[in-house]
Amino acid sequence: MRGVLTRLVSAALVVWAAATCAFLVLQLIPGDPVYAVVGSDALVSEEQHERIRAEYGLDQPLVVQYLNYVARLATFRFGDSYQLQQPVATVLADQLWPTVQLALAATVLAPLLAVGVTVATSGRRNWPRRLSAAVELVVVSTPSFWLGIMLLTIFSFRLGWLPVSETGGVASLVLPTITLALPIAAVLTQVMREGLLAALDQPFAVTARARGVPETAVRYRHALRHSALPALTMAGWFTGTLLGGAVIVENVFARPGIGRITLQAVGDRDLPVVQGVVALSAVVFVAVSVLVDVLYAVVDPRLRRKTGVQAI
Amino acid sequence: MRHVGVVTAAAFLLLLVVAALFPRLLAAGDPTATDPLATFLPPDSAHLFGTDQLGRDVFTRVVHGARHSLAIGAAATVGGLLIAVVWGLLAALSGRFGDAVLMRVADALLALPGLLLALLVVLITGKGVVGATLAVAVGIAPGFARVVRAQALVVRRSGYVEAAIGLGVPRPLVVLRHVLPNTFGPLLVLATVTLGVSISTGAALSYLGLGAQPPTPEWGAMLTESQGFLHLAWWAALFPGLMLVLTVIAVTVAGRHAQNRSEGRYAS
Repeated sequence: MRGVLTRLVSAALVVWAAATCAFLVLQLIPGDPVYAVVGSDALVSEEQHERIRAEYGLDQPLVVQYLNYVARLATFRFGDSYQLQQPVATVLADQLWPTVQLALAATVLAPLLAVGVTVATSGRRNWPRRLSAAVELVVVSTPSFWLGIMLLTIFSFRLGWLPVSETGGVASLVLPTITLALPIAAVLTQVMREGLLAALDQPFAVTARARGVPETAVRYRHALRHSALPALTMAGWFTGTLLGGAVIVENVFARPGIGRITLQAVGDRDLPVVQGVVALSAVVFVAVSVLVDVLYAVVDPRLRRKTGVQAI
Repeated sequence: MRHVGVVTAAAFLLLLVVAALFPRLLAAGDPTATDPLATFLPPDSAHLFGTDQLGRDVFTRVVHGARHSLAIGAAATVGGLLIAVVWGLLAALSGRFGDAVLMRVADALLALPGLLLALLVVLITGKGVVGATLAVAVGIAPGFARVVRAQALVVRRSGYVEAAIGLGVPRPLVVLRHVLPNTFGPLLVLATVTLGVSISTGAALSYLGLGAQPPTPEWGAMLTESQGFLHLAWWAALFPGLMLVLTVIAVTVAGRHAQNRSEGRYAS
């Protein structure tokens, strides 16, 4: 119980710190935010200027603005978008589903690919591992925007198998998912392979072999689980890559979503939306790291007593 | 077998450096010269990589683009290192409270996706090469800062630092003469490994329209331009990206080689 409470408090602290950093960073932006509301070349009278400042709370002292910001953060209300004249929460909620779809699809595909490749190349022979390592290096080094453009060129323009842009159907999710998942899968495979080889040297592997367990079973039933542990520690990186990747992938494939709205907000200096996105991604990051702590206990029984999580 | 890879990577990097410093040695033409009569020509002997929508020679643009793409990545890595050295050393040497504050800030920034952090920086600096470079630098700095701090803490407890303090060497001089140089080794190795990521992120920002702007022949910006014409000219998208991939692979291979070689020396 105590452990859970500590986790929640430290989770809230991380979100607060990230949001505060974002607040401070946004104070450094040169120029009058009023022009971000009305457009940079609009003519604004003195009264209109004052009204807009009052409307968005920009006339308050910085400390009051910050306290308001924290209060809005706690209730997840960020005020209205400068550009879209809608509450930020509404804007983000509207764009959330396409991004969640994409992220979930990639979250399923990437580990599947990684486990598949790890198993397929875990045999005694060396050359499949070497080949896979070379492929991983190439995939990891490939920027996702180029990967997406090439997939579009081949499968949509040349072969005509898949739609060029968002149609709402499952077919239009295929290429974006591959683009997002492939680089992640390559990194996961690298980590899992190392974990698998390390696990095979552990005493439990020797014991299992001595009991007469066949080598394949030692690998898949005992060692593979262990290779998942180091991969799990990368969950924070994984989430960040998904969110950052969404910005790129949604732009390559002209998909709606949080990534697209983020880039647009940065281009338009739509600060409430930017603050909302920062808070959202910090919340997601923290939620994932709590989830991973629970998953640890599921994967590794030795950790169950320490974290206080019961076997599920 | 290992050596073949390293040698190939080194040779490719050398070629890249030549392309960045003296692009005219490899491609004499003008990377921004347009030719309305020669648009969308597929690769042949006259245009090795074909031509784009304005009739510009893609090969010339790719060669001349090496300068921009490498410069953003290299400058961002150096900038990120500088920020991290100040940040990490301050944390390691400023007592428990300062250390806690500086490292929690690093944690908070690490909780944001690197690309989002870079986008926040671009908000302040505005679009352009300088802004994008700074954005990539700030994006990699928090991670580096933790490495600097960890290394500085190790060095601070070492015998030679204690001896220097015991001999009455002033604190700032101890930091400059002893702590800093001994922190730098592992950091340099980390920097070589990160260089590839920096080049790639810089190109990504340019691709998103936040870094180098067309008609600059930067690889990321070239890809943005090519995307409107994928059905007509795949070559305008293939070659800039291919160069980017090969560059990142070569840098990574070289970086890993440096890491392996130094592992014995900087084992911690």
